Formats: sequence, structure tokens, C-alpha cells
Amino acid sequence: MTGNHQTLALLLFSVFVAITLGITTWVSRHRHGSAEEFYAGGRLFSPMENGFAIAGDYMSAASFLGISGLIALFGYDGLLYSVGFLVAWLVVLFLVAELVRNCGRFTLADVVAARMSERPVRIAAGTSSVTVSVLYLVAQMVGAGSLVALLLGGTSEAAQTWTVIGVGALMVVYVSFGGMRATTWIQIVKAVLLMGGAIALTVLVLVRFHGDFDQLLRTAAERSGHGKAFLAPGLKYGGDWTSRLDFISLGLALVLGTAGLPHILSRFYTVPTARAARRSVVWSIGLIGGFYLMTIVLGFGAAAIVGPDAVRGSNAAGNTAVPLLALDLGGGASSTGGTVLFAIVAAIAFATILAVVAGITLASSASVAHDLYASLRRRHAKPRSEVAVARAAAVGVGVVAIALGLLARDLNVAFLVGLAFAVAASANLPVLLYSLFWRNFTTRGAVWSVYGGLVPALVLVVLSPVVSGGPGSLFPGADFQYFPLDNPGLVSIPLGFLAGLLGTITSTEAPDEAKHAETEVRALTGAGAV
Amino acid sequence: MEKHDGPDPGQVRIDDPWYDALASGWGELDGTGAPASAVPPARGEQDDLSARAADVYLEVQRSAAFQEVRSRYRRFVVPAVAVFFTWYVAYVVTATTAPAFMARPVVGAVNVAMVAGLGQFLTTFLFTWAYARHARLRRDRAALDLRWDTQELTRSVAGGGR
Repeated sequence: MTGNHQTLALLLFSVFVAITLGITTWVSRHRHGSAEEFYAGGRLFSPMENGFAIAGDYMSAASFLGISGLIALFGYDGLLYSVGFLVAWLVVLFLVAELVRNCGRFTLADVVAARMSERPVRIAAGTSSVTVSVLYLVAQMVGAGSLVALLLGGTSEAAQTWTVIGVGALMVVYVSFGGMRATTWIQIVKAVLLMGGAIALTVLVLVRFHGDFDQLLRTAAERSGHGKAFLAPGLKYGGDWTSRLDFISLGLALVLGTAGLPHILSRFYTVPTARAARRSVVWSIGLIGGFYLMTIVLGFGAAAIVGPDAVRGSNAAGNTAVPLLALDLGGGASSTGGTVLFAIVAAIAFATILAVVAGITLASSASVAHDLYASLRRRHAKPRSEVAVARAAAVGVGVVAIALGLLARDLNVAFLVGLAFAVAASANLPVLLYSLFWRNFTTRGAVWSVYGGLVPALVLVVLSPVVSGGPGSLFPGADFQYFPLDNPGLVSIPLGFLAGLLGTITSTEAPDEAKHAETEVRALTGAGAV
Repeated sequence: MEKHDGPDPGQVRIDDPWYDALASGWGELDGTGAPASAVPPARGEQDDLSARAADVYLEVQRSAAFQEVRSRYRRFVVPAVAVFFTWYVAYVVTATTAPAFMARPVVGAVNVAMVAGLGQFLTTFLFTWAYARHARLRRDRAALDLRWDTQELTRSVAGGGR
């Protein structure tokens, strides 16, 4: 990597940072400091704006870098991520978006707590939301780190560390000064940039192959050294039954996890009505679907043009396949075109990471302040002070994510996101669906279903090969691996649903029919929605 | 709130609702056929006002108009979720258990797996379109009417209490 790359990429990235900081200052000039404004941006975004912002929140570095990297290395098996990430939106669209918009105010816990005894439910849902957010943040931080490693030649650990810290510091600035309004505009800008970058690269890949997708696939298969097997499932997950189960587990986690992601749920509160929430999801499905179709082209393109060996040589997990592809498409490392394209892609990926990180930080600070702090301190905190707590929480969440991000540096980003999805699907989705659709659901059921999903998911991750017992583990030296699968979803998601069921059945408290009626009427009609 | 000219939105207006349900009283069967039992005093010591506000929601929940909205929602969503989820799980399970089948070529380098994967994209787009259309034509108007009615009632209960 020459100095030109670095300078140009850093320059472009600085421009993005300057623009977003400008947005942050601009939107916060008339700040009232109300909770409504901080968490929900005043609820006045249009469906199209929110659709872009949702897409911006969702199309993380994991998608752009991680999925394309997995496809470049393992061919078809990487494509499962694309499919799962997209199909998941049907769960959101059908079962969650409108109803959550109608029932809640700021967080997931609002929806559940409306029907239940407030305090235990808020603490449970708040805890799981923060956990999911932190896991997701770690993935983004790892993405930032590996991008910088590529940019600076991969040797400088200090630079990598400082990038992760710098990204963390910037996001704290965005979130605590700009709140949801600034975060949303940053997502929108980023979504436009990311779509633009992906479209440009896709077109270049297709032009390289004269628009012949078939030719692209054949070249990728040849170049990969696996031949036809590269285009069929099984390269990464096809070995023994453990890895096949892992694949199914991952698939479940992806499709069910999205609807439980706190930063996605909080986006629905930024539009005025449920109808607007639905239309924003339709927008985002269009954008996200288009984007994932392009990641498929980019992934196979990277395999065909760059070659899996070069990709693996740069980053073992494949996270740098797309920047390398850009370099090649522009004309190679020594050409101006290559330098420019590489710099643009690297800057976009940075911007992506920054924006997603800001979105998640905001959502988790809302959970900390609105759910945990408000419940644990019984004195009714005024909205003003709750926002102050949220700002402080943003800093705390940032610090934790930075620390874990430095620790988890060598894991594939898409894989880490898969973990976050598994936890979201196990801990958040069951309680959400039960609250919205089950008449007899009780407080105990709610609390049990959160912890009954959260605890097994986390414990299984700790006992999995990800953490110990293998050469690629976090702690390769230790061995306390008792659970064979990388992704806990297959076990922990059913456990979450089961725990909610058991908790409700064994509950001594009678289900509150009036509250159920209120939730159901509000969910489907929007009566009394804020 | 535009585009409300599907075949049956008018229907909603006709058997609309709400006053009908009031007139017929609310001790009768609800839409599911279960006797709509008298409301259990949900929270023992609730003050009168919020108890009556809660009654509003129970009342609305039992009204024919609401039941219609709810069943329209469910009639679309339940089968749709069943179909797309089965299709997705079938895709994932086939990919893991029958890679040989998935590797069978269709056209050139494109194999069954690739067709199925792109098929998932296509069905997702189709489902999204169908759901948005269904909600726009069959639910939005009726839900909005119910929303205003409910809020009106809640307000009058709250107002009457003072």
C-alpha cells in the first residue's frame, strides 16, 4: 500500500466526518433536550428518510466487508448471510414494525412494560437490549480495525488501536450532541454513499465480465481452486454434522434476529404513524435487497478478480475483499484509478462503521437511561435528567465496545454480527411477539423469556469454539469448550420461547385482560400512540 | 390515506361499526365464539377513571369493527409468515443436507442453489409488495376510523370523570 492510498482515503474520510459533525451541530442548534427529541428525533421523519436511515443502520460494515469477504473465500456459503439478512425483514414488516410503532415510545421495553408489571420487565428487556447492542458494536469496531490495518499496511497495531478509539470517540460526540436527529441524518448520508459505492463497484465488475454473470461465476469458481463446489453450498459449513447444524443455527438467528435489534426497533419511533413505519420498512427492504444482491456480485467478483489467496493474505477472515477489489477494478495498486477507487471504498466503509456505531450507541443509551436507570432509580427522573443520563450512557457503552473491539480483533465481522443476531433473536424477539400476540402472557412469562433466551445464548457462546479450545478462538490457550456450535441460535431461540411459555403457565398472577385489550387495540389501530 | 378504492373498503363503512357494537351491547359472544366474559377487575385498587379508560379498550376490542380489522390482519399475516418461514427454513436445510442437489446445474454455471437464493430475494420483494398493498387497501382506513373513535371515547371518559 502506498502513501497515496492512505492520504486520499483519510482525506475523504475527514470530509465525511466534517460533514457529519456539521450536521450534528446544525440539528442541535435548537435543542430543547427533551427525551422525545433525543431518542426519537421529534418523530417527524418521512417514510423515505426513515427508510434510508433504516437501510443505513442495517447495512453495516459486516454486510459490505464481511459478507463479500465470506463469498470471496467460501463462495456460496457466504450468500446465506445475504439471504438471511434480507428475509428477516419480512418478520419485521409483518409482525413488528407497525405494532411496535403504535405501542411503544422509545424502546423495546416500552411495548412489553405497557402490559406488565413495569419494573422487572424494564430491567430484563433493558439488560438484553444493551447486551445485544454491545455485541453488535464490537463487530463494527472489529470492522474498523481491520480496515485500518489494511490501509496502513497491516502491521501497525497502534494505528489499529487508535482507530478503534477514534471511532468510538466520534460516535459519542454524534450521539450525545445530536441525539436521534443527527444520527438519522448521518445514516441517510451514509446509506446514499454506500449504495452509490456498491452500485459503482457492481457496474465495474459486470463491465469487466461484459455483463455476463455466468462468466463471472465460472471465473470465480476457477480462480477459487474449488471448481464447481465454490458455487454450491458446503465449502464452509459442509463438513461434519456439527458445522451443518451451525449453518442452520446461523440461518435461524439471522432471520429472527433483526426484529429484536434495539437500534432497528428504535427507528420506527422516528416517524409519525404506523403507516409511515410500514412505508419506511418497504423503502428499506427495497434498498437492502438491492444492496445484498450487489454484495453477491462483489463477493464473486472479488473471488474472480482478486482471488481468494490474495484476499486471505490481506485479512484471514476476508474482511478486506471489497477494498482490494476496488483497487484492482480501478487499474491496480500503482494506477491513479486504483488509488482513487480504493480510497473511496475505504472511506465509505469507514463512514458506514461510524454511522452504524452511532445508531447502536444511541439505542443502547436509550435502553440504559429510559429502561434501566428509570427503573433502578425509583424517583421519577425528569425527562431532562433522563437525557443527561443517556448522554453519559453513550460514553459508557462506547468505552465497553472499544475494549471488547480490541480484544475480538481477529474474528470475521459478519460472523460476529451473527452472534449479536442470535442473542437478539433469543432474548428480545420471544418477549416482543408474546406481548403483542398472546392474550395470557404475564409478567413472569416476560421476565423468564428474556433471561431464558439471553442467558443460554451468552453461556453457549462462552462455551463454544469461538471463545476457547481451537486455534481460531479468542483464548486459544484455554479449553473450556463444551458446546460444539459457533452460533447458539438453534438452541437458545427455542429456549427463549419455551421459557416465556413456562413462565406464563406457572405464573400465579392472572393475565390482565384489560391491558391485553389495550395493547391489541393500540397495536392495530394506533389509538393513543405518541 | 389516499387510494381507498379497493373493492370492499365501502363495506367497512357500512357495517361500521362501532355504534352497532354499542347497540348490541357487549355481553355477547365475541368474534372468536367465546363468551365475552365480564371484565375481571384487572387491578384491584385502580382508580375509577383509569378503570373506565381500560373499559374503553375492552369495549373496542370486542366491537365488530375491530374484530374485522384484526382478522383481516391475521388472515394475511399468519399464512404469509407460515409460507415465507417454511420456504426459508426449507432453503437453509436443503443447502446443508442436500448439497449435491443444490449443486445441480440449471443454466451454465448457475445451479439450483443460486436459483433458490435469488428466489428468496424475489419472494421477499413480492411478499413486501403484497403486504403493503393489503394493508393499504384493506386495513388502513378502518384502523384509522377506529383510532379516532377510540381516542374520542377515551377522552370523553376522561372528561366525564372530572
